[in-house]
Amino acid sequence: MTEKENTMMMRIELIVNCIRKTFSISPTETLLSLLRRAGYKGVKQGCGSGDCGACAVLVDSRAVNACLTMAAKADGRQVTTIEGLAEINRLHPLQQAFLDEGAVQCGYCTPGMIIAAAGLLMRNSNPTETEVKEAIAGNLCRCTGYIKPVNAIMRAAQSLREKEEDECKNR
Amino acid sequence: MNVKTAKKSDFQVVGKNEIKIDGRSLVIGKPKFTADIDLPETLIAKVLYSPHPHARILDIDTSRAEALAGVACVLTYKNTERIPYTTAGQGYPEPSPYDTVIFDNKVRFVGDRVAAVAAETEEIVRKALRLIKVQYQELQPVLSIDAAAASGAPIIHDEEDSAGIYDAERNIAANVDIDVGDTTRGFTQSDVVVERVCELQHVQHTPIEPHVCLSYFDTDDRLVIRTSTQVPFHVRRIVARLINVPIRDIRVIKPRIGGGFGVKQEILLEDICALLTLRTGRPVLLEYNRREEFVSSRIRHPMRVRVKLGAKKDGRLTTIEMEATSNTGAYGSHSLTVLSNVGSKTLPLYNKAENIHFYGNALYTTMPVAGAYRGYGATQGYFALETAIDELAEQLGIDPLTIRSRNHIRVNETSPIFEKLGEGREGVAQRMKSCELPRCITIGAQQIGWKEKRGTKVRRGSKVHGVGMAISMQGSGIPEIDMAAATIKMNEDGSFNLLVGATDLGTGSDTILAQIAAEVLGVPLSKIIVYSSDTDFTPFDTGAYASSTTYVSGKATEKAAQDVRTQILQVAGKMLEEDSTDLTIKGEQIIGHNGQTVSLAEIGHRVAYQVDQRQIIASASCVPAESPAPFMANFAEVAVDTETGEVEIVKYVAVVDCGSVINPHMAEGQVEGAIVNGIGYALHEEMIFNSRGSMRNPSLFDYKIPGAADIPPLEVILVDSYEPTGPMGAKSVGEIGINGPIPAIANAIYDAVGVRLRVTPFTPQRVLAAMGKLPD
Ligand code: FES
Ligand code: FES
Repeated sequence: MTEKENTMMMRIELIVNCIRKTFSISPTETLLSLLRRAGYKGVKQGCGSGDCGACAVLVDSRAVNACLTMAAKADGRQVTTIEGLAEINRLHPLQQAFLDEGAVQCGYCTPGMIIAAAGLLMRNSNPTETEVKEAIAGNLCRCTGYIKPVNAIMRAAQSLREKEEDECKNR
Repeated sequence: MNVKTAKKSDFQVVGKNEIKIDGRSLVIGKPKFTADIDLPETLIAKVLYSPHPHARILDIDTSRAEALAGVACVLTYKNTERIPYTTAGQGYPEPSPYDTVIFDNKVRFVGDRVAAVAAETEEIVRKALRLIKVQYQELQPVLSIDAAAASGAPIIHDEEDSAGIYDAERNIAANVDIDVGDTTRGFTQSDVVVERVCELQHVQHTPIEPHVCLSYFDTDDRLVIRTSTQVPFHVRRIVARLINVPIRDIRVIKPRIGGGFGVKQEILLEDICALLTLRTGRPVLLEYNRREEFVSSRIRHPMRVRVKLGAKKDGRLTTIEMEATSNTGAYGSHSLTVLSNVGSKTLPLYNKAENIHFYGNALYTTMPVAGAYRGYGATQGYFALETAIDELAEQLGIDPLTIRSRNHIRVNETSPIFEKLGEGREGVAQRMKSCELPRCITIGAQQIGWKEKRGTKVRRGSKVHGVGMAISMQGSGIPEIDMAAATIKMNEDGSFNLLVGATDLGTGSDTILAQIAAEVLGVPLSKIIVYSSDTDFTPFDTGAYASSTTYVSGKATEKAAQDVRTQILQVAGKMLEEDSTDLTIKGEQIIGHNGQTVSLAEIGHRVAYQVDQRQIIASASCVPAESPAPFMANFAEVAVDTETGEVEIVKYVAVVDCGSVINPHMAEGQVEGAIVNGIGYALHEEMIFNSRGSMRNPSLFDYKIPGAADIPPLEVILVDSYEPTGPMGAKSVGEIGINGPIPAIANAIYDAVGVRLRVTPFTPQRVLAAMGKLPD
């Protein structure tokens, strides 16, 4: 940080993974830099230019590339990182499906891809395979060839729907 | 040791889709990667790169950078020792020339190292880099293999102290020349001769995690290098020499790494990072950004490959001549071995040919440096070989499947190439003990609909369909060179620690090795706790390259597990009062003949606390005597748009013989990932350079790799196979998948529109040009 930036520090408030936190940032700091600095290391950097999706996080349930998002712009918003997706001892269906389908190889693209998929499933609980592919089109993976990640997302979508149905019935 | 575990139908853990053991922590985002830990007082380091393709550094003035507040250390050729080495992370002595020094007073490509700075913040580092004044004397660049070979070409490696360069004055880093039989006579006696030249472009691996290294002194004041590497033990050896610290004082840790594909079989950051820690006493983080990953890490050797085939009327190959000219770039990392593999991993496939000549040069240019990349020369060789075979079949009027079936290697057969040509030296003779290639071809042909579709040129609108195929083989490790070791120690609760030097670079090898151990020990996977790739705590392993881990490290693991099993059964025999050799372990119980059982936990407790107290533990090593080949048949259906030149992959079928499959999901994942990478290589990936050798598209936006929306319907079939020398019957699967897409797609394009593409990638422009629809 340059001295000039230092003097221009500002405070913002984010709700990260359901916990309200305040941060002191420079106006030019990216959300990626802030989150990693704050210990959310599940948010990855693969390019820093919006081309790989490794840094994807949910801002108010919309998946964005944190490397292109100014931290200041997220002020007051809900931010969900991969660390906030699972409940204690219970993986999110997407995380479970990625394991079950063998969709994780090196795992470096995985957090971003799961977050992008989570964003999709929030607005569309019954996506087609094409919609899934489009939703993660910006999440580059060099290891898997995408077959298993796409299968995993389809499977997670189904198990989420079943879960919802169950909950409806039980009500 | 005779252990009853090798029967495939009895496998309990092997052959199952066990969940990746590190998968859970990866999907919840645990800080597992190199840059995911924060150490207090960490300095940020960056490298200053050459803006010139070829220049001598007359002087460097770092005084203003050093004077900048917050700068901790600046390194240049002036304050670092000049020790020639190779960045190739290979076994010792490395077969690559020692043509590199940490910092030189000469730069040989745009992106070559000039200086490094460590400072308190990234901002300060950037500022400091700008303050370094370098006085260059520009030299004539050498931007192609033709320019490198031209008479009077500038000598790129004119330094005195390099070693192992084949012919520095002619810019030849490495040379290979082997002969079998008599090719001249072979061609005269052939009924048909086909000769073709193919060229392959500049491509980069693009692991999603760029190279990153963090070095520091730990609480015991030992120098720790935490790094994204495929070769931790080679890192330790090479860095120790470069920074003048004994091997014993360095600990290299490979945490999780975000993909490698060969590019992390290279010592690129560790020397600088460790040196900066040594000079400052502080933790130092050095990371490539994406641009640096493209330009200054390593790429695949671009190549020109000429193939000449001679055959009899009935399709029997008599003669193969193959000449490869490889562009190794500014340094000769992996130059000899990749060049060797162009022949050694392709020519044995057609062992019916009695006359073979393989030769070629790896040439220095002032371009980015080539290194190891999945496929390792075989990929380049197969483009030329498998498209030429297709043409030969056509000239003979024989189906491409038939010509391959008539000539490819089979079980119990050998090829003289195995012995003649190894990794930069003579190879090792071997006979195929498993080869399901015939079945791979049959199944693949069925799945793609070969009979119905081939030659039909079905047209839909402006698109014409075609099918093409290619076969390939690879190896499993480097015989008589690679070495892997494993240690297994039993805990009192009947669980086991498996310590391996093997390097999981995202492939899942930790899980594969654990499955092998669990199978031998008769326990579920959850009872095996794996710790891998830490030079202080795990036994030696040459590293993850050459498709070695499942076969070589797997064998070491299997042997160690068998030893531990024997120790367990001895204790059990005493407890059950039975002959230990007759006992079996199943479901964590040792079962005696009379039905009595004793559990592993009981044995663990007994030897820890009660009777015959001792640690049940064993280590084993594997130096493979041979390198069994996995085989693969690739079938592609394409639709070529005759108006736009676009090639769409309609369907891709891959049928693989990788021996017995330890974990189907993971093996499929290797093949799927490699094919998609190969499709990118075939159709669109290309590093573009300006007239000064500077890369014009060093971003993932401009250098497009396949994304989820681009992938074709892809069917991967793993055939039933068993390699008797492999652990649990397994062979390798990591690299072979990338060899097929280029030739299979090229052959399919020909089937569709009747043009032969000989230069990759097959862009719409090239397709149209080949069809005569564009000025070339
Ligand atoms: S790091 Fe943000 S898109 Fe690549
Ligand atoms: S799993 Fe390695 S990049 Fe996707």
